Amino acid sequence: MTVNHHPPVADWATDFDHLDPVWVNNPFPIWDHLRQTCPVAHSDRYGGTWLPTTHELVSAIAYDTENFTSRAVVVSETRPGPMDLPAPIGVAPPISSDPPFHAMARRLLLPAFAPRKIDALEPFTRQLCNELLDQIASKSTADAAVDYAQHIPLRVIAKMLGFPATDADYFRHVIHLVLEEGVTLSEEDDERLVEQQALDAYFDRQIDDHVANPRDDLTSFLLEAELDGNKLMREHVRGTMLLILVAGIDTTWSAIGSSLWHLARHPEDRKRLAHEPELMPFAIEEMLRAYAPVTMARLVAKDVEIGGCPMKEGDWVLLPFPAANRDPKFFDRADEVVIDREENRHSAFGLGIHRCLGSNLARMELRVAVEEWMKRYPDFEIAENSTGEEATVTWAAGQVRGPRSIPVRLPV
Amino acid sequence: MLVRVHVDPDKCQGHNRCYALAPELFEVDDLGNAVELNDGVVPGELEHKARLAVANCPEYAISITE
Repeated sequence: MTVNHHPPVADWATDFDHLDPVWVNNPFPIWDHLRQTCPVAHSDRYGGTWLPTTHELVSAIAYDTENFTSRAVVVSETRPGPMDLPAPIGVAPPISSDPPFHAMARRLLLPAFAPRKIDALEPFTRQLCNELLDQIASKSTADAAVDYAQHIPLRVIAKMLGFPATDADYFRHVIHLVLEEGVTLSEEDDERLVEQQALDAYFDRQIDDHVANPRDDLTSFLLEAELDGNKLMREHVRGTMLLILVAGIDTTWSAIGSSLWHLARHPEDRKRLAHEPELMPFAIEEMLRAYAPVTMARLVAKDVEIGGCPMKEGDWVLLPFPAANRDPKFFDRADEVVIDREENRHSAFGLGIHRCLGSNLARMELRVAVEEWMKRYPDFEIAENSTGEEATVTWAAGQVRGPRSIPVRLPV
Repeated sequence: MLVRVHVDPDKCQGHNRCYALAPELFEVDDLGNAVELNDGVVPGELEHKARLAVANCPEYAISITE
């Protein structure tokens, strides 16, 4: 896999790069500065990319499906090519779809992610969290991301799709390719073609297995589903599987990790949650606001002016919901984590027709993961390295941000 | 005068914040979109919850009348 080379950013307003290590490590000061000085930044990178940082502009673009297309939602060096399903379907429906097809493809999936369906997965999730906690129970240090957070959505999504939980390493590989290499899996160079073919073959094996042995899971549901009286095209089924794998794992893993990272560093918030468990729903929403993992992207569909900036057809636009969530014009104490914040109109799950399909699932997993961790470890902190400083926490690069390693010290 | 809540079905995108905050006042359909219960009538003791639901809807889909 070719890794893109990224020269250091010269100026964030005119040359930003969301894969730059400075952004990856801590994007908040960059966004805060841009919001005050240049609310829509531009970069020539990736063939031309825009970055709005205010809630107002992020929201305006999210609602504007006329001038912005979701045909590709991960910024890369190349635009969707002839191998992709054409608009309005896109490579991974419905996230990659535009109206009017979007509504049909989404409606098909919504019942599978509605609250009642998700509630039924809570006991499984709770038991899974406890099994993971049992595995670190005798240890004085652990990695809250590697040993705990990452496994929760991997196992829950595998269960929903009816894929073998033992394929978790392959899922991680696919997610990494799509989200962290800044590539799409649908381009025509050789390495990517090989990956694409391997992934299609993997999905085909799962499909064949479900055709032979139908069961009560999302894969069988997709194989039975109909649009306009027709079964879904195989490309549509595979595309939706890719969407659920990529969108359902890294994101929630990131949200759980960021929440535990915050709690590890804020004893006052741990104490309040331990003594006032009724605050948990507000705390969870505040974690989602302050550490929203997902920055989406759009392609400009038609030349349009936004915030005084001339966006040209084919330009990328990053939609940093995490930056919108820190806009002081929209939130009081925007840069603070207020664990009992009651009014919290955050957009961690996006805005408009592409509201995260799995938001009920993600919220349930996040709440259960934090609740079970806090029951076991009401007190824990970031581990120290050999020089007595906080051990290094590493963050994922790309449009999904969360800690990939959180060394913690646990009371024994 | 009765206090009532109303969900605008054209604006609701199924974030489910109102249902989570005030299940006494809102229900969700099979697609996960919210509807007000009991014609939207808000009993006095639930007024705070109704206002929270309004203030937390990311899509500004909920209105309150009194």
